[in-house]
Amino acid sequence: MYRIRLHGRGGQGIKTGSRILGSAFFGAGFEVQDAPVYGAERRGAAMSAHVRAARTPIRERGVITRPDLVALVDETLLQVPAANVLLGVDAASVLLLQGNGDAETWRARLALSGTVVVLPAAGERAEAELGGARCAGAAARLAGVISRPQLIAAIAQELASLGPVATATTTAQALAAYDAVAPHAGVLRESRPAAATAFAAPEWIDLPLESARVAAPAIFAAATSVEVRTGLWRTMRPEIDYARCNRCAWICSTLCPDSAIRVRADRSPEIDLEHCKGCMICVSVCPPQAIRALPERAARARELAAAP
Amino acid sequence: MRRLLTGNAAAAWGARLARADYVPAFPITPQTEIIELLAQWFGSGELRGRLTLLESEHSMLTAAAAAAATGVRVFTATSSQGLLYAMEMLYAVPGWRAPFVLVNVSRGLASPITLESDHNDVLAARDSGFLQFHCASCQEVVDSVLLAYRLAEDPRVRLPALVNLDGFHLSFTREPVDLPTAEAAAAFLPPFESQGIEFRAGRPVSQAVAVLGGSAYSYFRYETHLAAEQALQAHGAIAAEFAQRFGRRHDAVERYRSDDAEIAFFMIGAFATKAMDAVDRLREAGIAAGLVRPRLLRPYPAAALQRALAGKRAVAVIDQNLSVGKGGVLHGELASVLYGQPDAPLLASYIGGLGGRDISAGEFFQIARELQDAVLARRVPPPRLLYTAGELRQMRNLQAIAAGERGMPEARA
Repeated sequence: MYRIRLHGRGGQGIKTGSRILGSAFFGAGFEVQDAPVYGAERRGAAMSAHVRAARTPIRERGVITRPDLVALVDETLLQVPAANVLLGVDAASVLLLQGNGDAETWRARLALSGTVVVLPAAGERAEAELGGARCAGAAARLAGVISRPQLIAAIAQELASLGPVATATTTAQALAAYDAVAPHAGVLRESRPAAATAFAAPEWIDLPLESARVAAPAIFAAATSVEVRTGLWRTMRPEIDYARCNRCAWICSTLCPDSAIRVRADRSPEIDLEHCKGCMICVSVCPPQAIRALPERAARARELAAAP
Repeated sequence: MRRLLTGNAAAAWGARLARADYVPAFPITPQTEIIELLAQWFGSGELRGRLTLLESEHSMLTAAAAAAATGVRVFTATSSQGLLYAMEMLYAVPGWRAPFVLVNVSRGLASPITLESDHNDVLAARDSGFLQFHCASCQEVVDSVLLAYRLAEDPRVRLPALVNLDGFHLSFTREPVDLPTAEAAAAFLPPFESQGIEFRAGRPVSQAVAVLGGSAYSYFRYETHLAAEQALQAHGAIAAEFAQRFGRRHDAVERYRSDDAEIAFFMIGAFATKAMDAVDRLREAGIAAGLVRPRLLRPYPAAALQRALAGKRAVAVIDQNLSVGKGGVLHGELASVLYGQPDAPLLASYIGGLGGRDISAGEFFQIARELQDAVLARRVPPPRLLYTAGELRQMRNLQAIAAGERGMPEARA
């Protein structure tokens, strides 16, 4: 069975990518199971999708804990512990990473002993919305059992409701990725499930009885949500041009759904980038159009360049 | 034709192939896709009839039963807190003896609030009078909706039916599904012959009147019970006809490699397919394991379960639910039909998968090992929650934040 996990952010087409890959395997004659895992849906938040493909009916379910391939659309997720990108990755796993840098550097940086394949990033739009489809195209080639026509047919099927333009753009991106990883075709191998003879006994414990104050799902500390850096979900960043801002002192800050914009004493707004999720509502409502949208990746690159 | 469908899409296809006339609806995760898909089909004319959004699940269920009382075919769906919000009507409408199908997408109940699968929602409806089908695959979802209509509408039965599928693990998971053609579905499930169920504004009926005095009450309540029991026999014939037409057997009790098994897993829902995998691995290791899975929970297939488990040495009931202060619901139910039976197996109780918590292959293997030990010791281990030391460590980290040990944010700044 092929066990493939796709990681990215809500809005990067991870679920779509998993469905393209699932349909491509299905079209190639495999039994397939694909499923997204995203808890409460949130654009920009870490999510994953799971694709299993085999020659026999699939009975495994849920999160893939021993992946044959992890496809990572957005490398910034490596710094989000909850994303659990490298869960179960071992010497036999392949890591497909969309981003910059070469495979050897990533292997060293992540202390991996298995194969790493880098899929060069392909411009901002492709990254923001078509990352899932690109990784699906690349994964199809890494498996080596899905033909170009099968990949094209799967995309046509999955994007039928979005019309011919979206289908054509996605197909072009997925095929570019399919071609880009051609030197690694077939590197992804099916793995067998663990045998019942050699397994690590689960570390079961008897749950202790604790006082209701501890054992009730209550949060006693105030404002703990500040601990969750929801700014990490952002794929686009709002940036204020203070020369254009007319100091209205209320529109962007009032309409920000996350209360991430405060107004200073001089009536100028300030964005809390630790918690701004990048919805861009402020960009669309600012009367003098003093807020612009910047791709997060570009904004971070600029910050890095400016750092001493 | 075989195609990839989520459990939610499979449920919607079930309603479409049953040609539902009326769908009262209310959204709730992880069920909403079902009514979205149906709304799309009603909108495009692929389904003829009406979908109406109600203001709550309580009204939704009332509308469903009221429409069913006019003799049309009704479909509706909900999940978790929604099912509980409808609970008053859920217990009331089976007594109307007007059949319809309700799909429940299982999700854990508050508190704490959660989204993933857990069977306490559907088991809260256990004693309501709804027939209950429990699915383990997306294929079973579409098949069960058709079977549920046939059984619910059977003149000997005339009770509403509930089809359950697990949130996320089926609802959002695509699997290959062999969809019956519209013609084949219509041949298996002809238009509803309402035979006297025909409430009309111009021909009013007093539905579910009040009775005082326990005698009349006893009569009506027990009649529903007898009808549900009758459904067991009717199901056998309907499932046989389904198998003949579509080549898929959906018996009241599924037995997987259990006939010659010495030990067996006993569970319902999507995780049961993981148990099948574990059974295969255990067999490869020379351990005679099997799985017994009731698909029908109401009516309870007592005799079939007694037959399926007679002579097994030990059985592990894995409950994805928790009756607070008692333990696993399925464990208690199974014990009640095995007690006093000759050749009854030892019965061990495990609680696993609460709130969608995964059950690993290693955990199935460990359960099998404990059953083997229990056979030697002639004694089962105490009930166990599947929960590891690592999970408790994670819990401690969360509790540290919740307890405010890190202080107030302003104090830290």
